[in-house]
Amino acid sequence: MDYALIPEGRKRCPLWQFVLFIAVAGVVLLWGVYAMFLCWIKGLNQTNMNNAYGFALWIWADLAVIALGGGAFFSGFLKYIVGKDELKNLINYAVIIGFICYSSALLILAIDIGQPLRGWFIFWHANVHSMLTEVAFCLSVYFAVLTIEFIPLILENRQLDKVPFFHNLSHNMHHIMAVFAATGAFLSFFHQGSLGGVAGVLFGRPFGFREGVLIWPWTFFLFTWSAAACGPCFTILVTKITEAVTRKKLVKDNVIELLAKISGWMLLTYIIAKIIDTWYWAVVTAPEAGFTMMDFYTNNPLYGLWILFLEIVLGGVIPALILITPAGRKNKALLLTAAVLAVIGVCVNRWVMVLQVLAVPVMPFESWFMYSPSWQEVATTILPIAYGAILIAIAHRYLPIFPQEPELNPVEQQAG
Amino acid sequence: MFPFSFEWIWDMSHMVFHGGLWYALGIIGLGMTFCILKSVVDTLQGKGGDSHH
Amino acid sequence: MKKAQEHTAPKKYGMVIDLDKCTGCGACMVACMAENNIPFREDETDKNLSTTWLRVYKLTNGKKFPDADVCYLPRPCMHCEGHHGHSPCVSVCPATATDYSNETGIVSQIYTRCFGCRYCMAACPYHVRYFNWWDPVWPEGMEKMLNPNVSVRTRGVVEKCSFCFHRYQIAMEKAHYEGRKELAEDEYQTACTQACPANAIVFGDLNNPDHAVYRLKTHPDAFRLLERLGTNPKVYYITSREWVRRQGDNYLENEGKIAAKAH
Ligand code: SF4
Ligand code: SF4
Repeated sequence: MDYALIPEGRKRCPLWQFVLFIAVAGVVLLWGVYAMFLCWIKGLNQTNMNNAYGFALWIWADLAVIALGGGAFFSGFLKYIVGKDELKNLINYAVIIGFICYSSALLILAIDIGQPLRGWFIFWHANVHSMLTEVAFCLSVYFAVLTIEFIPLILENRQLDKVPFFHNLSHNMHHIMAVFAATGAFLSFFHQGSLGGVAGVLFGRPFGFREGVLIWPWTFFLFTWSAAACGPCFTILVTKITEAVTRKKLVKDNVIELLAKISGWMLLTYIIAKIIDTWYWAVVTAPEAGFTMMDFYTNNPLYGLWILFLEIVLGGVIPALILITPAGRKNKALLLTAAVLAVIGVCVNRWVMVLQVLAVPVMPFESWFMYSPSWQEVATTILPIAYGAILIAIAHRYLPIFPQEPELNPVEQQAG
Repeated sequence: MFPFSFEWIWDMSHMVFHGGLWYALGIIGLGMTFCILKSVVDTLQGKGGDSHH
Repeated sequence: MKKAQEHTAPKKYGMVIDLDKCTGCGACMVACMAENNIPFREDETDKNLSTTWLRVYKLTNGKKFPDADVCYLPRPCMHCEGHHGHSPCVSVCPATATDYSNETGIVSQIYTRCFGCRYCMAACPYHVRYFNWWDPVWPEGMEKMLNPNVSVRTRGVVEKCSFCFHRYQIAMEKAHYEGRKELAEDEYQTACTQACPANAIVFGDLNNPDHAVYRLKTHPDAFRLLERLGTNPKVYYITSREWVRRQGDNYLENEGKIAAKAH
């Protein structure tokens, strides 16, 4: 029925399967949209946040999706600036994943603020000393860059491409894509970093506070670095999931392995820096404020040393070691495990840098603050996943995202 | 955001921050304008068949 | 008005609270609620959702009878000066909705500009900042008793203790009318200070040698909450009890007795 829209030379599942998939994801999406409107109409009393937890699940989700969306800027940086040309086979998908992550982050932020209609104040009345201002600006501008990177892809749809203007536009945009990619990398460096700065500058919160250089706490650099390390892992993971769902190979192994290798070295260097940072914080920064490291990991029902182990060893050291060894990268199961672990590692890092910062009692006569999200918060956090699945399904069906797909999956007759 | 909004100060932080911002916005804006204009010209010149890409 | 203020010496309004005098009666909290039109709900069981610009904490020494001891600690906004006005909360607000005044030393909160990102709440270690999770609703008839000098706040913005700044404005207006540039100590007092039956709270200009707080802040038993973090608060506490002073900040075990400076 929709043959005319499907890229030439590629096989797609029957329309009913596709519609069914969209419908199932759509139900989840609608559930999230319902919760979103509840929050907008009734206010943030729909959440389980409170005066001790001004930041909670949403801010974590924001930080996490932005870190995971880091695959877009880093692979763009590698392809256009470093010149790793093989990555052209994956860059389209990295851009789409990045687009989904960033649009989700913006949407969550729009739900998260108490007065959404005043959201523009952050731009208009910008306080240039606030990390959040830097985040807001770079995030929105970078989202514009991602949109620009996404447009030529959309224009490559078989029918759209027939329109001469669209064809030319897509062609011309491809031509100067390196300029956009460089701008994107510049912006990403700052907003990934500022997100790390968000907790790092809180000198009233000894769990998050870090020293640094000039105005930037160490977390600034650690966040950029970890996003560049783990973002590509997420791109690999989503590619693998897509391959499993569509039951065909979409990207050649050497491309994946190249990205995995770079990601592995980034992860290894990151985790070494992170260990040094944690150590310095534990023996110098925190004691200066009167805390021992164990103060942050005891006397509460959730946060124990295990979370540090999960983040640094399981989610950092192990995947890094797997990814830097050729045998590890070549072994499908190991590669996948490493990608999953790296994604978990970076998500746990974002979690502790938001939630644990607020959980730790700072005034000695207070005790730990615990929090669990309300269903509205959960639904709005799952919303982006459903939205992402739908967008990926549509994009994959109607756009030639994977240049190697026809070669890897030759079709004899017209797709059916 | 603009030098005419009342909390604007001509200090280092504002110049660096907004300098970076407008620089990025400028590149994006100019880049897109260039692409669109060039595509209009190309289209008028009759390019855009299946001949190249 | 602005011109006149330029000529006056910068003030640093602050508080000294004598914890040995405080009985924990809560009159200051009530006065604050009434003075500042602070909203409340029918069910206030979850204290993490209540708005209490001034909150009285109960501290215990954790010992058993007969050594058990309690101390009540009223906690307003500390109006942290940080490092040259770099208060924890002011520096992070992306929309410049909270500001440090070099004229009065008061940390303001601009409700109409706050868009509710709550970053300042994450920044403040004293849990002084409150978010309006609900729109304020007053019991029938009570809206007629609201303080006309204080604006009520809408849902979705953050609020906190202002050191009754409206009182400062009113006092300054009167002073200008009378051709004065300076306020006498008793012309500007916060509602909690006046309400305290034990006279535990003393309020004034920490820079002005004629004000009681000027002398009290150097009392050998005076301390501030979480001083080590570098927040540089303008609320001082006095107590002769060492265990209370020790609960005012975090100390490593080997740091021994951290009494007030003179001890
Ligand atoms: S006590 Fe909290 S709200 Fe008040 S000035 Fe200090 S950091 Fe800001
Ligand atoms: S909640 Fe309001 S006052 Fe606090 S940081 Fe955000 S905009 Fe500023």
